[in-house]
Amino acid sequence: MSDKKLKPAPLANEGLSPDERGLFCDAAPREYEPAKGVIEDFYNWARAESLWILGFGTGCGAIELRPLMTSRFDMYRYGIQARPTPRQSCVFVIGGYASVKTLKRIVRSYEQMMGPKFVVALGSCTINGGMYWDSYNTIKRIDQYIPVDVYITGCMPRPEALLAGFQELKKIIKAGKGEGQNIYARDFAWYKANQKQIIKNWDMPDYNW
Amino acid sequence: MDATLLQRVGYAFVSLFVITNYGLLLIGSMARISAKVQGRVGQPVYQPYIDIIKSSAKRNSIGHGVMFYLGPVFRLAGGVGTYMFIPAVFGSALFMNFSDSGDLLLVMYFIFFGQLGMALGASEGGHPYSAIGVSRGLAQMTAFEVPFALSVIAVAVQYGTLDITAIVAAQQGGFMHWTLATNPLAVVAALIAFLGMSMHNPFSVVIAPQEIPIGPPTEYQSNLLGMLQTNRAIFNGAKLVLYMNLFFGGATNIVVMVIKTFLIYFINVFVGQAFPRLRVDQSIRFFLGVPTLIGIASVLIAAF
Repeated sequence: MSDKKLKPAPLANEGLSPDERGLFCDAAPREYEPAKGVIEDFYNWARAESLWILGFGTGCGAIELRPLMTSRFDMYRYGIQARPTPRQSCVFVIGGYASVKTLKRIVRSYEQMMGPKFVVALGSCTINGGMYWDSYNTIKRIDQYIPVDVYITGCMPRPEALLAGFQELKKIIKAGKGEGQNIYARDFAWYKANQKQIIKNWDMPDYNW
Repeated sequence: MDATLLQRVGYAFVSLFVITNYGLLLIGSMARISAKVQGRVGQPVYQPYIDIIKSSAKRNSIGHGVMFYLGPVFRLAGGVGTYMFIPAVFGSALFMNFSDSGDLLLVMYFIFFGQLGMALGASEGGHPYSAIGVSRGLAQMTAFEVPFALSVIAVAVQYGTLDITAIVAAQQGGFMHWTLATNPLAVVAALIAFLGMSMHNPFSVVIAPQEIPIGPPTEYQSNLLGMLQTNRAIFNGAKLVLYMNLFFGGATNIVVMVIKTFLIYFINVFVGQAFPRLRVDQSIRFFLGVPTLIGIASVLIAAF
């Protein structure tokens, strides 16, 4: 949480027209140092036990999130809740294939989330494209565009697999390895270049606060 | 009762600490009870604590100007202010708070102060859904205010005072002295208003999760959200204690306080699990209809 690190250079925001640039923030994301020792462990425990999912289904896999909320699988008992706004949620579930159009929304929503934030990628399509591997308008590997913490394989993965994936995510967070936000800030240029390669009509700021 | 000012401030902090924890546990246990109704296991009772720790442990946050930061501060001030002028336990030096200064009108002002402050702060966030949530909230608030104010007038007329401690004192001496027994219509009107006030299910259109993302606090995150979550516990506790004092004979010790407030809060869950969400125009028509007539009847009964 210290400000010791130098602030990165401001972004160019070339996608915006010159008169719009003043309306948007041009600050690049920066890395945040974790707290020290026991305090960070305690924070990580709280982060792991209170996972708020962003309720934004990006593909067919999002249908598997609905049974989790109801009585059969009941994710609430593991401290997992759905949260309708990216500002308040901390887990982004990529529900299967991401089309080029959706990728833009995924990037915007991911950047609006407050850190530490975690990404769970669902289904084969997020790993290697799955059955859409040669499609003209879906991307193949989601972790070239945003950092991913946990993959859940399957087409479709069952709700049980999702619950197992969330337990795995909890272990990662408790071990202090859920640093996706810092990875994204460190390799920001690489991620941004990959995103811009896919999203042709880039009409938004380079980093969406 | 002869405590110095410094002692009383210390007592107030203890009292605030107790009501915060009680409020959080109340929210947690009610979520669990709702889960049982739906056939689920439900979240742990201590989940609200973890949520607050997690929100406060976020590493970055964004702001939208001074008023945006002041919104949750006003909300918290409204919650603490409401609680500070109500005696939580009648006759106890520790839990009397500052109830000897201020009266029922001040408490009613504090109940709505927080919501107005939050409305200003949320509008500053610039999110369209915040503005929708705020307009719905203020409209619904104006509507349930009518039966609530009428029943408060009935109580004030009946006991001839606005001092909450005096109202509790007049209700001592058994069940038949409670407002519930002496003026049941006022209690009915106030409890219907309470359903609107606590924004549980039939009147949850302000927050309306999944419809307008989460209403006024859409843009609030990190420690600001933690502050709002803490306030929710304090404010819930304060409203319950106020209702217990006005209508259910107050409490002479903390165990009675916990039992009575738990049962009052349970009304919310009972109604909330049975009825679906109303639209905002429906809820306004509802509050200005039968509950208002009941409120007027209760004033008439108290006056004649």
